[in-house]
Amino acid sequence: MRWASPFKLYKAGILGMNCRNVDFIGRYNLRRFYPLVDDKLKTKLLAEEYGVATPALISVVRTQHEISHVEERLMALQSFAIKPSRGSGGKGILVITGRRDDYFVKSSGTEITLEDIKRHLTNTLAGLYSLRGNPDVAIIEDLIEFDDTFEGYSYEGVPDIRIIVFRGYPVMAMLRLATHSSDGKANLHQGAVGVGLDIATGRSLKAVQFAVPIERHPDTGKPLIDMEIPDWENMLLLASRCYEMSNLGYIGTDIVLDKSRGAQLLELNARPGLSIQVANGRGLLPRLRHIERIRKPHKTAEERVAYAMQTFSASGL
Amino acid sequence: MVSRVPFYTTVAILIITGLSLAMMRHLQLGIPFWPGEQKQAWLIEARVDFVSFDQPVLASLKLPHNPPGFTLLNEVAASPGYGFAIIEHDGQRRGEWSKNQANGQQTLYYKAQLIPDKNTLETTTEPRPLARQVLWSDAEAIAASDILTQARSKSSSAESLTRELLRLLRNPEPGQNTALLLTNHSIASALDKLLNQAGIPTRVSVGLYLEDARRRQGLTQMVEIYTDDRWLAFDPQTGFQGLPENLLLWQRGGDSLLDVVGGQNSRVSFSMIEQTLPSIELAQSQFAGQGLSWLGVHTLPIEEQSMFKLLFLLPLGAMVVVFMRIIIGLKTSGTFMPILIALAFLQTSLGLGLISFISIVAMGLIIRTWLSRLNLLLVSRIATLVVLVVFLVSLLSLVGYQLGFSTGMTITFFPMIIIAWTIERMSILWEEEGPKEVLIQGGGSLLVAVFAYLIMQLPLSGHLTFNFPELNLVILAVIMLMGQYTGYKLSELRRFRAMLEQR
Repeated sequence: MRWASPFKLYKAGILGMNCRNVDFIGRYNLRRFYPLVDDKLKTKLLAEEYGVATPALISVVRTQHEISHVEERLMALQSFAIKPSRGSGGKGILVITGRRDDYFVKSSGTEITLEDIKRHLTNTLAGLYSLRGNPDVAIIEDLIEFDDTFEGYSYEGVPDIRIIVFRGYPVMAMLRLATHSSDGKANLHQGAVGVGLDIATGRSLKAVQFAVPIERHPDTGKPLIDMEIPDWENMLLLASRCYEMSNLGYIGTDIVLDKSRGAQLLELNARPGLSIQVANGRGLLPRLRHIERIRKPHKTAEERVAYAMQTFSASGL
Repeated sequence: MVSRVPFYTTVAILIITGLSLAMMRHLQLGIPFWPGEQKQAWLIEARVDFVSFDQPVLASLKLPHNPPGFTLLNEVAASPGYGFAIIEHDGQRRGEWSKNQANGQQTLYYKAQLIPDKNTLETTTEPRPLARQVLWSDAEAIAASDILTQARSKSSSAESLTRELLRLLRNPEPGQNTALLLTNHSIASALDKLLNQAGIPTRVSVGLYLEDARRRQGLTQMVEIYTDDRWLAFDPQTGFQGLPENLLLWQRGGDSLLDVVGGQNSRVSFSMIEQTLPSIELAQSQFAGQGLSWLGVHTLPIEEQSMFKLLFLLPLGAMVVVFMRIIIGLKTSGTFMPILIALAFLQTSLGLGLISFISIVAMGLIIRTWLSRLNLLLVSRIATLVVLVVFLVSLLSLVGYQLGFSTGMTITFFPMIIIAWTIERMSILWEEEGPKEVLIQGGGSLLVAVFAYLIMQLPLSGHLTFNFPELNLVILAVIMLMGQYTGYKLSELRRFRAMLEQR
């Protein structure tokens, strides 16, 4: 079968891009709230205001001359992450995991100099990684020390959990594991491994890389079946609270599990991708329509999470 | 849930407006829906010859005026040294040539271009004409009343009386009465007089049978009778009623065909050829300034027109891009970059355009890798690329010219800034996502551009968008409809096929 029949896809409840854009993003995400999620700095400040845990901000570089000011600061740091505030698709994220003399070690193991970092900052400020090439701001934040549970599951970079939250209800989740071929990035189309997670339990359902089911991590060989995310309910709660925080009906929340600080919100995405369906082996559409039909949505995140855990189990909807 | 009614109403209004405007303009102005449609036209030349001896000359020729079944497209008079004017008087048109002093053989020309047009209706605004007094000689008067009595007994109306009179007059074995009348009269003038005597208003018209490549075509006299508020034509030679399709009524009633004051031996001769003209040109010259013609862009100067020609193709290109991205799911680098490339292809031709575009972008990518080491700020890096692209394009043009491609120069039609941005984007894509993604997006853009080009270069597309700009409303409606499409993209049928297989 080289092409799937559209009717079978629809029957399987698979959400297509046009449908996502028109029926969900277009209808539930008001344009004026976009800047809050498109700008990571704003998201961060908002998260702090709403008491949603996020990695600590080290510094913000807004202008070219500020780059020389942060030099000393960076030299003193062992690990950090530099992100463009309005980057898209994981572009322009530089993760430094350690130091070797004057060199900075990237998550991929490559060593780079301070000059390279400064150039990266310059590029970021000039808007190279931002959505429309607009001048941008660079955020330097604490590197997540990921939880031991994920030891050996991610080749480079941070394993993060993507949870789709629709009208405040977590509807589908997956664990994204960076691989060598994804260069430490967690985007599935770049070659990261996606592990579908059961909303009810936080256990893994299946794992895919490049849309092909796999059983072990391609780089580390760790088995991907029977994983269980610790502190699952708290993670769903964190995701669910992002609804009130962002005012957006259909969002993708990217959450990481820090060794000491627990679940941390990395970023929000107002146009979350569709490959989460592939990782879960099931379509989003039935769950989204189910939530759409709820007349009286639950008021608190706790109620919504409880409802979702009950409704969206692996054997349920 | 948002009501879709206003949306679909808008779409329906757009489609109906576009189509009906186009239809109206097609019917009213005769703009053809198909390019290259041809229409028949007649070029008729009237040649006036006379001899003059050192005298002031005034020559006056009857000109056709709203001839039924034809539309006058244009007319010119060519006669060296003569002044020419067209004078309209009493529903009659005359062309007047004048010269202060003329000597020897004189030749004047009048040319008219006419197209057959069945819609030209006879308009009789003139007051009802009256039958004239008829003068016969004594013998003729008796014969005439005999013939009339004979004809009246077999007829009930003016029309049938005319037919009956014609039958009697054209009888190959004429009776005494008709023979008498025809000794001094032609059939036409005998009929004319008889009818007037019977109280039926008539006029004698002069018609010209249109036959291709005919020289010195003779004129045919037609007798028209006025009955039931309209003129009915009879051909006294053949006895047929009505106007043959290829008969042009040059002169209708009134005075003489040709008057020459100050000349002798004057005569007029007609020659004609059949022409085929593109209907679109006919429509333009025929209906300039009429009805809905202001909607067209033909009123603009040629330079602006050619700009509009390209401009009106843009919606079509935009529709192709929307289709390719929403329905097919092709990835392109930059949303509407493909249209701009396609527009450039229109100027350069496809093969050459593709080769030069790919080579410029490839060379640009090589230069860009070197630029990235210089650690320039974004704006200045793009600007550097723009300047370098200008150099590259000039270089390619020069090389092409030296190699003998006269089309080398056309590369300059590529939008430089767009190319520079394309190179920049491709280069970042290469660094971040690898060469594969560059090929996918670059190839996608080129594919869409080629599709858009193929559709835009169709003669039909150019013709329709330029002559019926309102059809762009329909394109707009289609684009809006596609914006509401929530079905799967063609590419998603492949993307998600694995999910069905695993079930």
